[in-house]
Amino acid sequence: MSIIDSLMLTLPELVLTGAALILMLVAAFAGDRATRLINAGAIAALIGATLVLGREGVGFDGLYTADAFSNFTKPLIYLAAGVSILLSTRFFAAEERLRAEYSVLILLATIGMGMMVSASNLLTLYVGLEMQSLAAYVLASFMRKDARSAEAGLKYFVLGALASGILLYGISLLYGFSGTIDYHGVAKGLADGVNMGELFGIVFVLAGLSFKIAAVPFHMWTPDVYEGAPTPVTAYFGTAPKVAAVALLVRVSIEAMGSAVESWQQILIFTSLASIILGAVGAIGQTNIKRLLAYSSINNVGFVLVGLAAGTEAGVAATLTYMVIYVLMTLGSFACVLQMRTADGVHVEDIQSLSGLSRRQPALAAAFAIFMFSLAGIPPLLGFWAKFVVFDAAVAAGLMPLAAIGIAASTIGAFYYLKIVKIMYFDEPAEAYHPVTSYVESGVIALTAVAVSPIGYLAIPMLGAATAVAAKALF
Amino acid sequence: MSYPILSIMILLPIAAAILTLFLTAQAARWAALGTTLGLFGLGVALWHGFDVGGPQWQFVENAPIFGRFSWALGIDGIALMLIVLSVFLMPICILASWTSIEKRVPEYMAAFLLMEALMIGVFSAQDMFLFYIFFEAGLIPMYLIIGIWGGADRIKASYKFFLYTLFGSLLMLVAMLWMSREAGTTDIPSLMQYNFPVEAQTWLFLAFFASFAVKVPMWPVHTWLPDAHVQAPTAGSVILAGVLLKMGGYGFIRFSLPMFPEASAGLVWLVFGMSMVAVVYTSLVALVQQDMKKLIAYSSVAHMAFVTIGLFAFNRQGIEGALMVMLAHGLVSGALFLCVGVIYDRLHAREIARYGGLSNNMPYYALFFLFFTMASVGLPGLANFVGEFLALVGAYEANSWVAAVATTGIILGAAYMLYLYRRVAFGAPAGEDTAAMRDISAREWLTLAPIAAATLWMGVYPESFLAPMRNDVTSLLVRLESAAPAGDAQLKKGSPKADAHHEAAHGEAH
Repeated sequence: MSIIDSLMLTLPELVLTGAALILMLVAAFAGDRATRLINAGAIAALIGATLVLGREGVGFDGLYTADAFSNFTKPLIYLAAGVSILLSTRFFAAEERLRAEYSVLILLATIGMGMMVSASNLLTLYVGLEMQSLAAYVLASFMRKDARSAEAGLKYFVLGALASGILLYGISLLYGFSGTIDYHGVAKGLADGVNMGELFGIVFVLAGLSFKIAAVPFHMWTPDVYEGAPTPVTAYFGTAPKVAAVALLVRVSIEAMGSAVESWQQILIFTSLASIILGAVGAIGQTNIKRLLAYSSINNVGFVLVGLAAGTEAGVAATLTYMVIYVLMTLGSFACVLQMRTADGVHVEDIQSLSGLSRRQPALAAAFAIFMFSLAGIPPLLGFWAKFVVFDAAVAAGLMPLAAIGIAASTIGAFYYLKIVKIMYFDEPAEAYHPVTSYVESGVIALTAVAVSPIGYLAIPMLGAATAVAAKALF
Repeated sequence: MSYPILSIMILLPIAAAILTLFLTAQAARWAALGTTLGLFGLGVALWHGFDVGGPQWQFVENAPIFGRFSWALGIDGIALMLIVLSVFLMPICILASWTSIEKRVPEYMAAFLLMEALMIGVFSAQDMFLFYIFFEAGLIPMYLIIGIWGGADRIKASYKFFLYTLFGSLLMLVAMLWMSREAGTTDIPSLMQYNFPVEAQTWLFLAFFASFAVKVPMWPVHTWLPDAHVQAPTAGSVILAGVLLKMGGYGFIRFSLPMFPEASAGLVWLVFGMSMVAVVYTSLVALVQQDMKKLIAYSSVAHMAFVTIGLFAFNRQGIEGALMVMLAHGLVSGALFLCVGVIYDRLHAREIARYGGLSNNMPYYALFFLFFTMASVGLPGLANFVGEFLALVGAYEANSWVAAVATTGIILGAAYMLYLYRRVAFGAPAGEDTAAMRDISAREWLTLAPIAAATLWMGVYPESFLAPMRNDVTSLLVRLESAAPAGDAQLKKGSPKADAHHEAAHGEAH
């Protein structure tokens, strides 16, 4: 494949890179006044990148792969990025002031995620991951005057660097024992039995990636970072990097370590169950809505890993389905969290302030309740379908104990989602919130709420077909 | 039927529920009443259009719009009767909440309409996963009904209700996933004919049992029920006792027995054991209750134990009896909760000690209450007698010890119900406010009289209700024949004597 063909494969990343560089220059010269323009430009770039998706092939001598899998996950990442830009404007205008770099950083992180999803070489993987992480560290500490935000950024950075180190160590072990950093080459090296060095490599790579997806036991940073980061950034952290890291994990597990499924299946089963249970138990005592949603994301990653632990095509398809639905629910929930403002416009995060919301703002409460019931996986909301497909894949792969324990543990998770509904519907009304003023935000809430409502079930045949095609590309 | 009547019956209340959210309180009441009456009309049309003796599954619809599972509806006689029971109780529930619910009326009516749609969905779903969705979705409106409009301790009750039932159902879901893999279909009628491997059946049975036993509820997982009943508003209790508990029994008939006949036969001891404890233990507990609603809730557990005993008797009398108990209990316990609701609305107290002598100032009320007390006790001529008698006959054929223990439940039932009635209706009034209570209003007449009529009808001419279900019971028995455990009744076919020839012929004609 010529260099031009390879470049054409990376066109979505090129578009985003070009846009990010241009917008950075605009930001440098025009300053914060141009924020709205820059935001619009970033969203246009994301749309443009989505439109130029579709080519398939392996570029740069195996460093980069564009296939149905990456073409399925990238639009999801772009969607999450775009929505977090949309949600940011009013938040930053109210909290501090509009800052021009925000969407540039989002774009840079998104480019890294595109590389993560398309990486078919351990080095591309690492470069993509670091690119995403570096932009994310800055985003986490974006509110410079807020101590919590600075703390979140620092925590994220220190622990993230540690995880990167662990990952890199794992990569070096895999390289040392298989003699290559190409996914397929590593798979060949693992095919003739896994020796101790390779096993260590696998464990370290999985540990490093578990940090990125916030799976137990590498989840400790999540609540603090989610709480400290500005809410639109948290919405972004909860969705796009999760999709990218999960997709990366899927690709590494299947393409690079697919010949040693037994070696990592147990690890994933443990991580998955531990995340489900700890995510559920940890959320119970939370009083801050963002911390609660952080634990909820840990809990959800556990369910995602159930699908991957199956190690089958159906399992990968289920994982992708789960991610799509999870992104919708999470974006919707955070858009609701953004509406939690006192009458004079200050954002609050205390769960108790939601008391009696159903009588103050019935529509908002109904939407929030839909997201909570959906996250709990109660039918007929779409969150049920996400859990359904991952457990179906696990059962089909013969992992009955995993399915039984995981699904039983989701009862624990239901408890704290119910708590939010209880506070909104059963408790006496608290002080009124500032009315919803932004059409963009109410639009995001309405669209995501409709998507996860039973109406979303009509999309199941389409979603099922698309995820099946995407999963097939890995096998 | 040329139009998809079942889909209409499910979608109409959903549409009405969304509409009522935007109405004023009074308009929402009328809209809900109109919708539920319309659905009752459709239910009657369904019963009328049902061809007794025709194909097992009627009004079949199938639209494969969801990919992995389909919008497949259809009913047999058993489902028909339970749907009719649901749509019959629903307008009564709306009427019962007419004045007692004052806050957030539109939402309340919407929750009830949603509940109705989901109940009809559960009984008419022919796809396993569609069934599951309806079955589980019912938790949401009921959770809100208990939590928003319930009594003082409603939060705990609503949590308990939700988490208990959710936990049971999730295990059932895993079993369903395995079954759909094994059998390659999610179609309930096909699954009912599929022979699952015997060693897997036990696990599947236990997973389904976890769900249905909680729903029925069976001892020892019944503890959510007294809490939920006590805290729920009157109409919520009526629906809970009248229809939601029946979903458990329906699940046994639709899934456990026909799909896992060998496991059902092998685990009869478990079901019988739990039911026997339930009959005696919960009856004794009911005897010492100070709270009227709690007493009736415990009596529900005892009555539902007759259902499980009858179902697992593996013979016609037992199963038909169980079905009749389900219908009768739906009417009678619903009516008893209404009776409690009537006086609760006046005095806002559920303690038995706060009442007394009501037969003096509320004669019509006392009459209705007596009528339903007698029905609950199992007086011949009223609904419960038919079912309980048949279920006990069936149980006696299967296991005389079980029958003997279960029969004590009838005696204890008479004890606690009559004791309740004596304390509430006779004796001296507990206070001046009790003595000053007005007799039932026209609206309350409208809620109680139809149930009384249906109870009488079911007791005097149960054939109307048994006829549509008879063929379904037959096909269930055919399915169970190979697995049915031997009873200890030692039945022998007698040979008619020659000189009594005409009498024998006379006997056969019956």
